Amino acid sequence: MATNLAQKPTASADEHVPASLESVVIRFAGDSGDGMQLTGTQFTHSTALMGTDLATFPDFPAEIRAPTGTTFGVSAYQINFGARRVLTAGDQPDVLVAMNPAALMTNLDALKTGGTLVVDTGSFNDRTLAKAGYTSNPLEDGTVAPYQVIRLDISRMTMESVKEFGLSNKEAMRCKNMWTLGLMLWMYGRQRQSVVDWLRGKFAKSQQLADANIAAVNAGHAFGETAELAGDLSHFTVGRADVAPGVYRTITGAESLALGLVAGGKLAGLDIMFGSYPITPASTLLHQLARLKEHGVVTFQAEDEIAAICSAIGASFAGSLGVTSSSGPGIALKGEAMGLAITTELPLVIVNSQRGGPSTGLPTKTEQSDLYQAIYGRNGDAPLPVIASSTPGDCFEVAIEAVRIAVKYMTPVILLTDGYLANAAEPWPVPDFDGLEPFPVQFETNAENFSPFTRDPKTLARNWAIPGNPGTEHRIGGIEKDFVTGNISYAADNHQLMTDTRWNKILGIADDIPLQEITQGDAAGDLVVVGWGSTFGPIYRAVEQSRAKGLKVSQIHVRYMWPLPKNLGELLKGFGKVLVPEMNKGQFATVLRDNYLVDAVRLNQVNGQPFKVSHLNQVIAETVG
Amino acid sequence: MNELSPQKLTAKDYATDQEVRWCPGCGDYAILKSVQKTLADLEADPANTVFVSGIGCSSRFPYYMATYGFHTIHGRAPAFATGIKLANPRLDVWMVTGDGDGLSIGGNHLLHVLRRNVDIQILLFNNEIYGLTKGQYSPTSRPGTRSPSSPGGSIERNLNPCNFALAAGARFVARTVDTDQKHMPDILKRAHGHRGASFVEIYQNCIVFNDAVFADFTDKKAAPERQLRAEHGHRLVFGANSEKGLRLNRDKVAIEIVTIGENGITEDDILVHDETDALLAQMLVTLDGPGAPVVVGVIYCNPVETYDGGVARQVEKAKAAKPNADMKELLFAGSTWTVG
Repeated sequence: MATNLAQKPTASADEHVPASLESVVIRFAGDSGDGMQLTGTQFTHSTALMGTDLATFPDFPAEIRAPTGTTFGVSAYQINFGARRVLTAGDQPDVLVAMNPAALMTNLDALKTGGTLVVDTGSFNDRTLAKAGYTSNPLEDGTVAPYQVIRLDISRMTMESVKEFGLSNKEAMRCKNMWTLGLMLWMYGRQRQSVVDWLRGKFAKSQQLADANIAAVNAGHAFGETAELAGDLSHFTVGRADVAPGVYRTITGAESLALGLVAGGKLAGLDIMFGSYPITPASTLLHQLARLKEHGVVTFQAEDEIAAICSAIGASFAGSLGVTSSSGPGIALKGEAMGLAITTELPLVIVNSQRGGPSTGLPTKTEQSDLYQAIYGRNGDAPLPVIASSTPGDCFEVAIEAVRIAVKYMTPVILLTDGYLANAAEPWPVPDFDGLEPFPVQFETNAENFSPFTRDPKTLARNWAIPGNPGTEHRIGGIEKDFVTGNISYAADNHQLMTDTRWNKILGIADDIPLQEITQGDAAGDLVVVGWGSTFGPIYRAVEQSRAKGLKVSQIHVRYMWPLPKNLGELLKGFGKVLVPEMNKGQFATVLRDNYLVDAVRLNQVNGQPFKVSHLNQVIAETVG
Repeated sequence: MNELSPQKLTAKDYATDQEVRWCPGCGDYAILKSVQKTLADLEADPANTVFVSGIGCSSRFPYYMATYGFHTIHGRAPAFATGIKLANPRLDVWMVTGDGDGLSIGGNHLLHVLRRNVDIQILLFNNEIYGLTKGQYSPTSRPGTRSPSSPGGSIERNLNPCNFALAAGARFVARTVDTDQKHMPDILKRAHGHRGASFVEIYQNCIVFNDAVFADFTDKKAAPERQLRAEHGHRLVFGANSEKGLRLNRDKVAIEIVTIGENGITEDDILVHDETDALLAQMLVTLDGPGAPVVVGVIYCNPVETYDGGVARQVEKAKAAKPNADMKELLFAGSTWTVG
């Protein structure tokens, strides 16, 4: 089976010396109650601790506990890990772990021809096969013939391994994922200690459950060792990746976003008031921040999306940094309040963890289809800056940048991330906080000739005087304000002036953001692939591979979505063609066409999955012509 | 108050230079006057005071107060006020809303700000009509109300604001009348003194679209017979000579209107107002039927921990548990490994 795995394994004369692989993609798939996400994250953690680079793709259903054994209840977790820089979760798994027939039904097509299929035969019976939609047993009818199949009665072996702990049948069966994890850890030479430590913590209140789960991990691992001796299984090593020196940890986008917001607050010298209403896939951010009270973070679980943003705006009015977070449908509800923050010119960070739309759409699947909503989606002329993160670790920097722009320009800022980034994990070089440039906020305290709409002549940002300070009492609101006094004004010329000023203030931010760089390749060529957000990994890999084939292709990955970097239009002119792959129907392509009159070619995918490198390669080759 | 000017502020000092733009004769003028007087009496620090409002006639209020003010969006003032208190619990926050702003588009937020018990004063100007949009019926308009959007008379059942507040879990519920310049400041002071969400319904006359809708109990002549001023520890009596009162009908758990001296009724039969009694409060705010007065005053007051107080308590506890929490420690939390 070894020869079919990933890149060329180094064959070894001694079968007990593991073959070495450059990289492997494993997908764990099972029922949503089987604990596949936990299995995946623990495998990831163990892998990361060994210095192997990785990227993950958790893919789970919207239903918390869909009926057992159904195809729509299948939850999967894919990890790509390797002894080289890993940028995507992998196009196709080399290994598929299928915990039941439904998982096989929904995931087998993804498995590479010749790939390894580990299957729990104990979960295959007439009833579960029928539930998954099989009319005959795929393990027997030739369906799995193109693959290396490892048939194991994981259910039975798990039961045996935890027998001595006196668990109920149901509890014992729930250790199945840990047995499987143990086997996979053995198969790829991963250490077990981090899993054991995690289980001790997770089941701190039940020694029995902790012991049973650890026993299951160990049993799976031991099974591998024994089976190898018998020649039934092989195991492999995946070495350390050649990455920059430093201290690393694994991080998901939601985690690094939370850290970035806290760091941004500290750099601005402000406490954070995070108002949010639970929504998939954005809730993780609320959970992360709710645990950071000691860092001056107050979290408020509001009664709805509107109250969430309004509370954040209220907090900014009172001198905290208001932050709110949601996903597409919730962002739509916040629109009117964003307009208020724009016209009262208060700092605010709005995080949008995008998901498939419209309406409820695909709550747990990823998409980039809220770019129009972010740039254009409010009543009136209501510009605000929009920035997008491209990797889980990048969310940290982007969050700090969102805070910086919000307080410096007294404006709401939309930070676009997505469901994929929020949940995906990668090794992250821990940043040096002391090396980050602080941008302390100076509240206006001088009462003399005070007007709340006195502006910084350079940034056009208004001053920020907060309640509690004597002499700067003022009233602001959604009605148009006089340019000088800030009092209500319905004067025609004044509205023109204020609208122009708000517009120019936001466009002026382009002078305060880095110029766009060519992310990869030359400054001129046949084609530039322009992307933004979480498509970074697949586009990078595809451009890299296309360049290796000799194509004159470059990559530009944009962080500042609005205003756009000043030199972006010029950069695009250096290329014969512009290709814009997006997980939407072409929203950024519209923005580029509108701003630069460039004939941007659209590549659009809205199937809830990240782009495949192979697909991008093909389109790049076709576009270059 | 500015430390350099120790002299006491007067009501006028709380007024801005902005021209008040309510219709001549609007009940809002009287409320504005009362609130300004109340702040002067309380020696409120304008720098520490914030007026927050939504949208509607009443919500223009902050523009006329020489304090901090935030005129926000329709119905959402409770959420802004909550955010302000969470950012700075020391601020003295007053929220001004109306029957449309607070009970229609903003009903959800009003429910939750009361339930959470955020430490603010909520003044709900109830005129039983939409004024700023030119006279449509509101959620408190009585059935049959004829308006541009209900030419055949409203067929909706109306909401009782104080009953709504009690059901939402409000710990302070009071009522007063716009023109009652003696009563209102007292009620506002009680609301201000209460730690938690203080809900005050103010009957406010809309002279243009719903004139005299409360006249049957607010007119000077009618008031004694039709208004009952509840005061904690005092008997619930009304009438020109305080000869009428409320008695509990124990067979029906209902309140009945009785006259002292008639049918053997003595003063001892009359209920004593206990503002900590939620059941009594509910009966008082829903009092209805022939001869029933409209109960004004502090109807319910029973403080519990405030939401902002609870949040601050948890933050303090977290900070005490990790006094040296810094960013570096947070960044390196969990398992790390070193490369090179």
